[in-house]
Amino acid sequence: MTTSTVDVKTPEQAPPPAPAPGRRRRFAVHFAHYKWLYLLLLPGVVYFAVFRYAPMYGVSIAFKDYVPFLGVNASPWVGFQHFQDFFSNPDFGRLLGNTLILAFLNLGIAFPLTIVLALLLNEVRLSILKRTVQTLVYIPHFLSWTIVASLSFLLFALDFGPLFLFINSVLGTDIDFLSDPAWFRPLIVLQEIWKNTGWGTIIFLAALATVDQDQYEAAIIDGAGRFRRVWHITLPGIRSTIIVMLILAIGQMLNTGFEQIYLMTNALNRDVADVFDTYVYFVGITQGAYSYSTAVGLFKSLVGIVLIFGTNALAKRFNQSGLF
Amino acid sequence: MKIHNTTGGRIFDAANYVFLVLIGVLTLLPFIYVFAGSFATEAEITRRAFFVWPEQFSLGSYEYIFSTQAFIRALITTVLVTAVGTVIQLILTVTMAYPLAKRNLRGRQLILSLVVFAMVFSGGMIPTFLLIKDLGLLNSYWALILPAAINPFSLIIIKNFFQELPAELEESAKMDGATEIGILWRILLPLSKPVLATFALFYAVGIWNDFMSPLLYLSDNSKWTLQMYLRQVTASSDLLGTGNVDPNYIPPEQGIKFAVIVVATLPILIFYPFLQKHFAKGMLIGSVKG
Repeated sequence: MTTSTVDVKTPEQAPPPAPAPGRRRRFAVHFAHYKWLYLLLLPGVVYFAVFRYAPMYGVSIAFKDYVPFLGVNASPWVGFQHFQDFFSNPDFGRLLGNTLILAFLNLGIAFPLTIVLALLLNEVRLSILKRTVQTLVYIPHFLSWTIVASLSFLLFALDFGPLFLFINSVLGTDIDFLSDPAWFRPLIVLQEIWKNTGWGTIIFLAALATVDQDQYEAAIIDGAGRFRRVWHITLPGIRSTIIVMLILAIGQMLNTGFEQIYLMTNALNRDVADVFDTYVYFVGITQGAYSYSTAVGLFKSLVGIVLIFGTNALAKRFNQSGLF
Repeated sequence: MKIHNTTGGRIFDAANYVFLVLIGVLTLLPFIYVFAGSFATEAEITRRAFFVWPEQFSLGSYEYIFSTQAFIRALITTVLVTAVGTVIQLILTVTMAYPLAKRNLRGRQLILSLVVFAMVFSGGMIPTFLLIKDLGLLNSYWALILPAAINPFSLIIIKNFFQELPAELEESAKMDGATEIGILWRILLPLSKPVLATFALFYAVGIWNDFMSPLLYLSDNSKWTLQMYLRQVTASSDLLGTGNVDPNYIPPEQGIKFAVIVVATLPILIFYPFLQKHFAKGMLIGSVKG
């Protein structure tokens, strides 16, 4: 735009007695030149400052006794008091257990199923069938957890729910799956599989498409059967993708998904249902223990960060490509 | 490559095809059941455990929900919040992505690092809630829109997309005297329509499906969105805001649940084909350069 202003600054730059004002001036010129771009940038920067970074500053109340009318700044410091309270609370062990069990169930069942489904889809050479099945299995990913929970309530409804009747008639039992604590975890994993397994195949199918086709021909000539080809060529071919996705999954391990768990929690299954995320909600929002629940949330995200860096380092040590 | 398929291979293929078709059908089955149930009579729902075609076609459930104030309000609210929220998200993301795509802009690296950091670490539920409270946004629809107004992930993908566009386009426009905003509006935006459409749909689905924000920020139940209404109806069978006057009329308690689920799902199923056309490409852009 104003190229003339840029030219003006050049002679001034030559004698450098005070670098600071010069730099400031150069920035002013740069700024004037790009003022429209900075103006465009402004709303976004304000957004990040207010809605992303202000809450990060607000995390400091985990070390304070937050008093609403004093605000974040003026509330008195208490150090690690809330953390000590949490670790000595009997809830701590229960929450950690519930969170980890659900995380490992998802990691041990839903994650491998995604890879298996991707491998099976990859074996399909009839492209119309492949595309149709993909289209169908992606759909649940776009439905809300509210809908998934509502569908579960109807399918397992007492007396008329199709799955309630079917499973009970097969088992010869009379189980109320929705309130029986023993069925909470299977239901959660089942929902996760229904909602996200299909969607999860996208990334593996993309990786499978890049596996070198010549290797298969060579293997066929060597007399390798179908399963040996999958084992010796396909799986090693997508190993790095599997590791990256596993690292990401482990990093997200403690994020059990607030909405899903919250929607499936009821008075009867509370003991197995409570996880860090829902606990923060119940103790923080509904009971007003802001500082304490912020400490719980902070503990959770720090463990998450440690997990993601830890697995990444581990992946590198085993000479695999890590995430970073 | 399928020069000579063995018998075992053919059996595997056949079994695999059957299995995958089964998976596809099973995925959709719960929804087909609910769709059929929403057009059935209350009696049929409780009598027949499972069906994909109602014996007696009935619009009773829909008539009921569309006669209640609470449902209509929730539906209108959700449509409006989704529309406004999506437009705001698109505008904010594009206006921030465009300057960040200019390599010679000062402060760009700093801002980008801060954006990436915000992707890894967040304040969490309580500090965000207190912020919304302090801003006076509790019980305001802005609380559903503003906190998620920019998705850092999408921002970086769109920024990368702008950066990849040929620089010659901009240079020639500049020679013709176009301003930065003119370039963005007249040259970059038309070129990035498919990408922006993808993100618009993802944003819209996100806001439409959001349950956590209304749960946290809207305590006034006259302001509830469709997802909150659905939760209320299916979890507690509490037919809130029953605007019915006839005391002899018994609302179809189960049928309502079916019908509300259908209404909450339908827009997504309608837009799904458009979404699907783009998301594979969108994901690819994201994974390759993100």
